[in-house]
Amino acid sequence: MAWTLLLEQVLNGLQYGMTLFVMASGLTLVFGVMGLINLAHGSLYMVGAFACAAVAAATGSFALGLVAALAAAAAAGALVELLVIRRLYARDHLDQVLATFALILIFSEGTRWVFGSFPLYLSIPAALSGSVPLPGGSAYPVYRLVVIAVGLAVAAFLFWLIGRTRLGVQIRAGEADREMIAALGVDISRLYTAIFALGAALAGLAGALVGALQSVQVGMGEPVLILAFVVIVIGGIGSIRGALVGALLVGLTDTLGRFLLPQAFRAVLEPSAATGVGSALASMLIYVLMAGVLIWRPKGLYGAAG
Amino acid sequence: MTRLIAALAGATMLAGPALAEMKVGMITTLSGGGAGLGIDVRDGFLLAVKQAGADIEVIVKDDEQKPDVAVQLADEMIQSDGVDVLTGIIFSNIAMAVVPAALAQDRFYLSPNAGPSALAGAGCSPNYFNVAWQNDNLHEAAGAYANTAGYANTFILAPNYPAGTDALTGYKRFYEGALAGEVYTQLGQTDYAGEIAQIRASGADSVFFFLPGGMGIAFLKQYAQSGVDIPLIGPGFSFDQDILPAVGEAALGVRNTAQWSPDLDNEANRAFVESFQAEYGRLPSLYASQGFDTANLLISAMGKADVADQDAFRAALREADFASTRGDFAFGPNHHPVQDIYVREVVDADGTLTNRIVGVALEDRADAYAADCKM
Repeated sequence: MAWTLLLEQVLNGLQYGMTLFVMASGLTLVFGVMGLINLAHGSLYMVGAFACAAVAAATGSFALGLVAALAAAAAAGALVELLVIRRLYARDHLDQVLATFALILIFSEGTRWVFGSFPLYLSIPAALSGSVPLPGGSAYPVYRLVVIAVGLAVAAFLFWLIGRTRLGVQIRAGEADREMIAALGVDISRLYTAIFALGAALAGLAGALVGALQSVQVGMGEPVLILAFVVIVIGGIGSIRGALVGALLVGLTDTLGRFLLPQAFRAVLEPSAATGVGSALASMLIYVLMAGVLIWRPKGLYGAAG
Repeated sequence: MTRLIAALAGATMLAGPALAEMKVGMITTLSGGGAGLGIDVRDGFLLAVKQAGADIEVIVKDDEQKPDVAVQLADEMIQSDGVDVLTGIIFSNIAMAVVPAALAQDRFYLSPNAGPSALAGAGCSPNYFNVAWQNDNLHEAAGAYANTAGYANTFILAPNYPAGTDALTGYKRFYEGALAGEVYTQLGQTDYAGEIAQIRASGADSVFFFLPGGMGIAFLKQYAQSGVDIPLIGPGFSFDQDILPAVGEAALGVRNTAQWSPDLDNEANRAFVESFQAEYGRLPSLYASQGFDTANLLISAMGKADVADQDAFRAALREADFASTRGDFAFGPNHHPVQDIYVREVVDADGTLTNRIVGVALEDRADAYAADCKM
């Protein structure tokens, strides 16, 4: 196995991890600050991808599509918070799961009504379609490097927002004691709407970025949602740093596992059996990782103690 | 909600008076990720019924791509609606849940898509007719095409589930060259950067892949973006009218195998493609042609025998005396098609991506399991 191939796979793992981070950061904000399990987070991801595809098709500009994705997902998030989520804060998690599961169905069928049942076309912008040479003679697509950069930018923005701004102070305070900050005169319901819209916009951004690599279709959000939950459980609920570390761990483990495990088994088994066993184990690997982390740290890597 | 809408849609689609000569229960996938396939099968089927003015009542229900829902719908259709014939199922796992029980209750089942090997070999049944293909067929044809194209070192990949392993087995059954690599991906996987890096490093001269639905769209886009230019081969599923618009230019020029193509030159097909476009405003897909053929097979049998006389009706179905959009069409001893499978190429026809036939991969192909069928 050439080390260039390994380098390429590490980059792939980083890129995959970064897209998971953009998705998971919104989920962990909402879950951590508002105590809300939002299964419809995957639907907001889908909304972002569809908005980006529709606007990019109409205007020919991927950048405008990205703006539309952020706006549409944030608007959908704010609307959902005002109409549905707001009534669920005081309820237990089971009610939240039921209601947000209903939202998944509504979003999916609503999207089908508007856009039809066939997948939409969304491609990467021509300016980012090339590839850069890697040492060792291989090449790596520019767009995937841009995705890594966007993920880093989102991480920096969130650290700044939470750590350095007034809104961040309110978010942290709301996480610790929501009655107290309401008593101090912060409009908690407006704060929650803003956080929810922010989380939704991040999901929409992830959907648009990934939609250009994958297929924009109804139901695209649910598989990613499961992975996003794995990420925030590993990282610790409510922690942006945890989401970042968790996402990179999951991305690297998954990508490298799929690549290395079948090769490792080839040393002891004949090729097609090795492929079968290796692939089966590789698809379990992130869940094994999650179980391992939870045994070692039941609250996740950066979960609040106590 | 979907079920209600589908039921309402079904109610408005009644062809003819309340007491129709033939009652058909169509269980198909109309919501979720696989809905495009079910919609095309349904639309093709209903178009044929409408064109023939046949006295058929079609009850359409959505299985939501869930075997348990499909089983429930089948019970309801058999026991309360009293359907004579069931059809419509897209996915093999759902067919395996529904078909054996329906056959045990003396109903006919006409498969417009799924062709699991279990129903083609030892598990074949007199009342089961497959109007599409046995699941391995298009992959076998891809293997045969790889030989004629002179490929000798193929990298093969498919998702790690039964239809995926069948696909690779089907390819290897006819392909005579060496394997540069064999990879199973996760079902529903959307990022193929890792696999594409392996393909780049493998030194392969061709890549065969079976990745149905959104998986194929993702793979094709990422493959085109990666700059790897090793030729691709695949079954027609990843290159058909339902997903080509979403893949875009990344699919141009790719050779794929299918038993049908919009440019297939016979009278029935020309009329079908034209009338389907007129009726629905889009090009028909492989699945639409299969739905259309399924309905025409049924209509041909209705002209020869009464469905109440099961032996006569079965004999009438077996004759396959209808003008197939595929041209020649006949049933083998296990009631699966014996048909030509073509090599197609994705082309850009005035801004619309579609397929053109470039050759025949396998002539009069039956399937590998027919010999095990005893009936």
